[in-house]
Amino acid sequence: MRRLSTLAFVFTIFLGTLSAQELPYFVTYSHHMEEPGSLDLETKTAAGTPRGGNGFGATALELEYGTTAWWTSELYLEGQKTAKDSAIFTGFRIENRIRPLMREHWINPVLYFEFENINGANKSLLEVVGHDGNDDLTGANAEGRAEKLREAEFKLILSSNAKGWNFAENIVAEKNLKHAPWEFGYALAASRPLRLEGGTRSSAFALQNFAAGAELYGGLGDRDSFGLHETSHYFGPSLNWSIPSGPTITFSPNFGLNDHSAPRLYRFGVSYEIGQVSRFFSRHHQEAR
Amino acid sequence: MVRRMTLLAVLASSTLVYAAANGAWLEKVPQSEQARPNPYARNADAVAAGALLYKRDCASCHGNQAQGIGRHPSLRTERVHKATDGDLHWLLTNGNLAHGMPSWSRLPDDQRWQLVRYLHSLPVEGPSRP
Repeated sequence: MRRLSTLAFVFTIFLGTLSAQELPYFVTYSHHMEEPGSLDLETKTAAGTPRGGNGFGATALELEYGTTAWWTSELYLEGQKTAKDSAIFTGFRIENRIRPLMREHWINPVLYFEFENINGANKSLLEVVGHDGNDDLTGANAEGRAEKLREAEFKLILSSNAKGWNFAENIVAEKNLKHAPWEFGYALAASRPLRLEGGTRSSAFALQNFAAGAELYGGLGDRDSFGLHETSHYFGPSLNWSIPSGPTITFSPNFGLNDHSAPRLYRFGVSYEIGQVSRFFSRHHQEAR
Repeated sequence: MVRRMTLLAVLASSTLVYAAANGAWLEKVPQSEQARPNPYARNADAVAAGALLYKRDCASCHGNQAQGIGRHPSLRTERVHKATDGDLHWLLTNGNLAHGMPSWSRLPDDQRWQLVRYLHSLPVEGPSRP
């Protein structure tokens, strides 16, 4: 019976797969929320070679669920592999995003709350804050793993749509729950589908299935030393491809803008949306009764 | 205890979705939005393009034929049929977040107008709940 339920669940997943237009952002959040009852499975990979360190590839598996139309919840599971070193699990994050205003405005705010339980070997670079930089990516995994980081993170997300473009600005504040001052960061992004009109034929390579944009993000120091001194910053163009009834694939090369940044990062993501996954559970619940 | 909490959650969400389906959102549409003309009103391809967008973005909730599924309302109703293009465009843009309908502002404006053309091309069927 349990095997049958599992098969039915997998079947439901493939039947309910969608490919809504996603924004080509890795670090920046917009005001667009997950549809209620839908589950988005996404991987976000960052790869690079820091100065004086070994090459690495870090992946975050993201499970994003639309709790309501104005509230989205996420769980991240993260790990990394460093060349000439080990492959390790580097922690998890739980986050919630809430839209306080129930209508569209010129600027749409979203409040973001996150709890991180990661270790010092985490290289996912899902945000850059404080004095994060190249040197944080060069340590041995065994040393980094021993450093536990339990942090609370808050973001003010501001986002606007105009003439097919999306513009998003994030202000980040992060606090280690044990010690250390508040750290700050920012992320800015803009993107646009390559074609605004929908087509009359379902073609994978239709221009409306592609979106291009750019991201700029970095640290702003901490409470004791706010500013740009000894902070890292990255800029990169990004492109995504939403395959009809399939996944969305996103790629972005990021370039470090100063000596404190890693020279280059390559970001790659795949997301796969399962429409109305909650319907399976409610049916299952009713059958169980 | 868990079963009671689940039941409460289901009841609460059902009430919210029903509230979305009773057409109360129509009263929130500003007059200037109601009267907005659809730039795709005379575009022969808009219905076909809207049908593809519907299949991608709306069918998982409202059904492949827009017949409604469970708590998600049918779109083949008198109320949807009588709503102006501007009404439906406003709903797609803003959603009805408190009552379960997400905002589709992530879609470009052109695609929202194409979707409106498709919704207005649907035949009216059955008693009108939404």
